[in-house]
Amino acid sequence: MLMQATLNAAVAPAYSPEVRQLLFDYVLQLADTSLLLGHRLSEWCGHGPILEQDLALANIALDLLGETRSLYQYAAELEGRRRTEDDLAFLRVATDYRNPLLVEQPNGDFAHTVVRQFLFDNFHYHFLQQLQTSPNEHLAAIAEKSVKEAAYHLKWSAEWIIRLGDGTEESRQRIDKAISKLWRYAGELTTPTPTEKALQDLGLIPNYTALQPTLDAYVAQVFAEATLPVPQQIAVQLGGKQGRHSEHLGYILAELQYMQRTYPGMQW
Amino acid sequence: MNELIANSQQLTAKIWQLLEEVSDPEVPVLSILDLGIVRGVRIADNEVHITITPTYSGCPAMNTIATEIRLRLLAEGISKLTIHNQLSPAWTTQWLSQAGREKLAAYGIAPPQNDTAMGHVLKLFGQDTAVPCPLCNSTNTHLVSQFGSTSCKALYQCNDCREPFDYFKCH
Repeated sequence: MLMQATLNAAVAPAYSPEVRQLLFDYVLQLADTSLLLGHRLSEWCGHGPILEQDLALANIALDLLGETRSLYQYAAELEGRRRTEDDLAFLRVATDYRNPLLVEQPNGDFAHTVVRQFLFDNFHYHFLQQLQTSPNEHLAAIAEKSVKEAAYHLKWSAEWIIRLGDGTEESRQRIDKAISKLWRYAGELTTPTPTEKALQDLGLIPNYTALQPTLDAYVAQVFAEATLPVPQQIAVQLGGKQGRHSEHLGYILAELQYMQRTYPGMQW
Repeated sequence: MNELIANSQQLTAKIWQLLEEVSDPEVPVLSILDLGIVRGVRIADNEVHITITPTYSGCPAMNTIATEIRLRLLAEGISKLTIHNQLSPAWTTQWLSQAGREKLAAYGIAPPQNDTAMGHVLKLFGQDTAVPCPLCNSTNTHLVSQFGSTSCKALYQCNDCREPFDYFKCH
């Protein structure tokens, strides 16, 4: 092993088996989420509308992958069954993935990617800010690291929402279409599953109800500048965080897992 | 006992010197000490422990840096070594040394400006305080993209000499 992950405080709290299981499930959910979105963004590599934006998408994908690795490493430690970060990322079946539906949605055109990213970044940035104060030092450390990167992501996607919304007739049509297609998936991010509810009750992760006004206010601010109306009363599509996925996930996993499935244990 | 302590102090000082010779693979003009990613060196039970922190969580250079540290110490006969990767406190450009900032500018990468205030990051379409062009020193420059050839850099262009340049962005 080249490096050892180390916390500032030497002693990790001893959780009961039940809490350990809740944390394992939840950390996997976070890891799956950034893995899938990072992978989606990496599909743009070499296809971005202009070179600088191609680089931006690849940079954001790389940050998410870095966060993913920290999370899977922690999940593997929590599980304590000698599975590695690679086993968790590459050797699980689609119904075991716990990412929300939003992040597995296809890239579509640039407007679809921007809207998907903005909905995620708005949650991700504000959520990580709260997670930094979690009494779980692993999660707090990962959040402290990733929130600085997430700030640059949110700035990028918010500015593109404004450029496309308040841009040309075509950019406006495209972003309207992307919003009407993707908005239904935003609510899942802040709808707690039983696992999340239990961890919120234990005070280990942020409370989404308290987070919601911040998210809504930021959407309102950015959409006002983009001259876009904020969609009202759209039914929320749930399922991904509990393993009920869209057909898209299977196709992503087929590509993502191909090498490990074909050459088990392969390393670069 | 006193001799042991003196020896371990000498060894620690020696290791810090050796680490100065390990450079960042992506910005080779900077040593890992200039970059501020070495957070501690200690010796316990005849083993050296070095703690490093990534600049960005996806930084692909971390494994290379760990290998380079091992090789540099091994060349001096130090083989009992554990390298710890620590996320918190999170790396910040405020840890870039003054020498590092000067080396960056001489290398053609504008060093971070005003990085004690990160508040500007979320200011939409807002920019850092004027970033001087590392080639002609003009502050009449503009941001091309917050994301450049590596995670730690943004792309800028000088409005006077027209040269594009990298900016080591605030973090």
